[in-house]
Amino acid sequence: MHMADALISPAVGGTMWALSAGLIGYCSKKVKNEMDDQKIPLMGVMGAFIFAAQMINFTIPVTGSSGHLGGGMILSILLGPHIAFLTMASVLTVQALFFADGGLLALGCNIFNLGFFPCFIAYPLIYKKITRENPTRNNIVSGSLIAAILGLQAGAFAVVVETVMSGISELPFSTFLMLMQPVHLAIGIVEGVTTAAVVIFIWKARPEILNAAASSVPIGGISIKNVLTGITVAAVITGGALSWFASSNPDGLEWAMFKTAGVEELESPHELHASLSKVQEKTAFLPDYGFKSDESELILNENKSTEENGTTAATTEDKKHQSSAWPAVDSGTSVSGLTGGLLTLTLAVAVGFILRHKKSNA
Amino acid sequence: MANLHNNLFDIFYMDTLAAGDTWLHRLDPRAKVLTTLIFVATVVSCGKYEVSMLIPFILYPVFMVTLANLPILYIIKKMALLMPFAFFIGIFNPLMDKNIIARIDLTGIVVWIETIGLNNIMGLIDFNGLKGITGTIDVSGGWISFFSIMMRFCLTVGAALILICTTGFDSVCMALQRFGVPGPFIVQLMFLYRYMFVLIDEASRMLRARALRTFDTGNIKHNLFGQMIGQLLLRTLDRAQRIHLAMCCRGFDGHVRMVRKMNFGMTEILFVAGWSLVIVTFRMYNIPVKIGTLISEIP
Amino acid sequence: MSHHIVQAENLHYTYPDGTLGLNNINFRIDHGESVALVGSNGAGKSTLLLHLIGCLTPTEGNIRIGDYPLNKKNLKAVRRSVGMVFQDPDDQLFMPTVFDDVAFGPINLGLPDADVEKRVMTALETVGVSHLAKRSPHKLSGGEKRAVAIATVIATTPDILIMDEPSSNLDPGSRRRLISLLKTFTHTKIIATHDLDMALELCGRTIVLNKGELAADGETKALFHDDNLLEASGLEKPLTMQGCPFCSKEPIPVIAK
Repeated sequence: MHMADALISPAVGGTMWALSAGLIGYCSKKVKNEMDDQKIPLMGVMGAFIFAAQMINFTIPVTGSSGHLGGGMILSILLGPHIAFLTMASVLTVQALFFADGGLLALGCNIFNLGFFPCFIAYPLIYKKITRENPTRNNIVSGSLIAAILGLQAGAFAVVVETVMSGISELPFSTFLMLMQPVHLAIGIVEGVTTAAVVIFIWKARPEILNAAASSVPIGGISIKNVLTGITVAAVITGGALSWFASSNPDGLEWAMFKTAGVEELESPHELHASLSKVQEKTAFLPDYGFKSDESELILNENKSTEENGTTAATTEDKKHQSSAWPAVDSGTSVSGLTGGLLTLTLAVAVGFILRHKKSNA
Repeated sequence: MANLHNNLFDIFYMDTLAAGDTWLHRLDPRAKVLTTLIFVATVVSCGKYEVSMLIPFILYPVFMVTLANLPILYIIKKMALLMPFAFFIGIFNPLMDKNIIARIDLTGIVVWIETIGLNNIMGLIDFNGLKGITGTIDVSGGWISFFSIMMRFCLTVGAALILICTTGFDSVCMALQRFGVPGPFIVQLMFLYRYMFVLIDEASRMLRARALRTFDTGNIKHNLFGQMIGQLLLRTLDRAQRIHLAMCCRGFDGHVRMVRKMNFGMTEILFVAGWSLVIVTFRMYNIPVKIGTLISEIP
Repeated sequence: MSHHIVQAENLHYTYPDGTLGLNNINFRIDHGESVALVGSNGAGKSTLLLHLIGCLTPTEGNIRIGDYPLNKKNLKAVRRSVGMVFQDPDDQLFMPTVFDDVAFGPINLGLPDADVEKRVMTALETVGVSHLAKRSPHKLSGGEKRAVAIATVIATTPDILIMDEPSSNLDPGSRRRLISLLKTFTHTKIIATHDLDMALELCGRTIVLNKGELAADGETKALFHDDNLLEASGLEKPLTMQGCPFCSKEPIPVIAK
């Protein structure tokens, strides 16, 4: 369920960061304005509670596997969506830093997928609509179950969209979707059932807690709608801008760097290209095998798939070209890439050894 | 997450590492957070078929681990534990992307090994047997992007681990606050981190108490699960109340303030600027290819 | 120095669910006094302490801390002069490091940074744990946590020190250090405890609570000699006042004073 850095592109990661940061800012402001300073320690400790509660596993009937409490839905029910979102975001941040669940760039995606959908969609639009003002055993169960399932389905769908848009993983949209949605249906049912069990326990033992949570948080209304509109607009703009320069140039970041450095953005890559191809032409390496000709076979050593991508950058050919016709990949550079790669690796490790050696001498 | 308690000791250990006293530990946390973010963003921005370009990036983790005296085996072990996740998603690439974008010429490899003198360097190994090998192996784009994913994974996860092991969680929070992350969220992170330990302890006491009175190895039944979590939740809520009380007794007025001396001096500027330069260079010029090209020109 | 007094007048408290918490409690504690608050579990010790720091409002009667009657309006002023050490140090130590935690109170008093730092270090030195300043609270031992918890309170320089079970869960060595430390404090002290030996050593005066009512209020030594009172209140003579079962039937001399 967690997105990982390795699977996302900077455009997607950046957009989701912007979205999540916006939501965190909004919720922080909201919490500050509520002026109930009792909530400050409460939020923090509830985040810790989510960690601790995940230690307690139970056996899922029939399957025999074990399940534990999710997060977003129970937090929303107990604390209201704003605090729940902040709490969820903090839990995911700690997971990203310590357990490397996800990663730093993917954190934006994860906060959005696991925080936004349960707190701002599933809770107000489903759970609240089902339980209304007077929770009963039945509507708590159906509310938590449906809300948790749909919240997770939405989150899983977002994972698919983000992954496919990033284009790092090859899974086609439909296949990935078929993989994710059913899996998360199961996870959603578990989360819904556990959420319901805990909410019912609290509802019986200390009903005032639920009442306070339900009444203190004004949801719907103007504010959240405005924020959602604002966020959507922001997302469209950020995503649009990022993907525009990601597509107009095969390499958005590089483009941005040239721009900011004040270098003519078109000229430089061309110069680079030109000089590199000159170098390639000169590479009279393994002439017997005719590496210079385009038709020639490439040398690749498979553990060193290294080489070929070296080519990608070196020749700065656009990706389409390169993926459609492999013979275009220049074998000379490939070999160079392999040699250079090994050398660089050795160099890096050597630097480590030297530094350590120096330190132990010092 | 049943092994959360083990993870807890892991965090304890990372805390201990973060309490180290090298110049990297003493560096202003903002410098390290910034550099880490630049590093991760740059690594992630590399094209999906990049492998060799990613190699030089390993210099940063090597540098940090060495100079901060971090136990390298521990970092590697931690990454290895997380590897299956990236592997699981990445492994679909070879299945889906069967577009052949490279071909391995075994004959060529043998020649290549001889040319760069690898067989002489490793004199102990007999490479003569290789000579008879001919033929080609096709490599699909999927395998290449798979390797790329695994490398990205190691680099990004490594960078995050190194950040926390050299800086410590509270200093990272302080740095984030100076970068403009809203106060309530920072306080939230600090409280979460502080009470994670306390509550996990509490949860494990409950689990132990239950285990002592259930005589089968028994897993927790669903109805009991709700009660246990509910109990834990009630205790948590009570604790939150007591903490609030303790805060009020010491003049809490809704704002958590801290005095932390931070100094973003020359060392920090040089650190961030230097690494940014190096990282961007790695990204813009494929260093391994350049080196390789140079070397192949020599003969 | 009238602002160091603590006075309870005709205090009644009933919990929201109807349980009687406190019933007709009257006492006056003067400047510099050290008072033990003893009683069985559920006798109302903690309830009384929570009243003294304004966390519970009496259903009837009132409390004066120094010159102020304790009410919503001057709650802040009262809390500046009253420091409370909670029973569970984990509730009290909520900041990422010991330093931040001890600094929390002084910062809220609005002191400039340099003064805050000075206060923190003084407080930590007073309780003898200045070497722990940079540590995280979750890595401290029970005794260290207790010491830091006390430092967090004395850093705000209160006039009145209130403690809930300060010696609970401490090993004998830590307990001894705590007692020696508390002996050096000249604050007005109110200590709720089951550790009657400590009460005997630290407090000249004792208030005995029983079922929410004030069962006795007087000189500690005299009260602890009253077997009937102790038995009725679910207490037992402190060990230092009992005869040694091995060497003599005579009570060993009381250490206090």
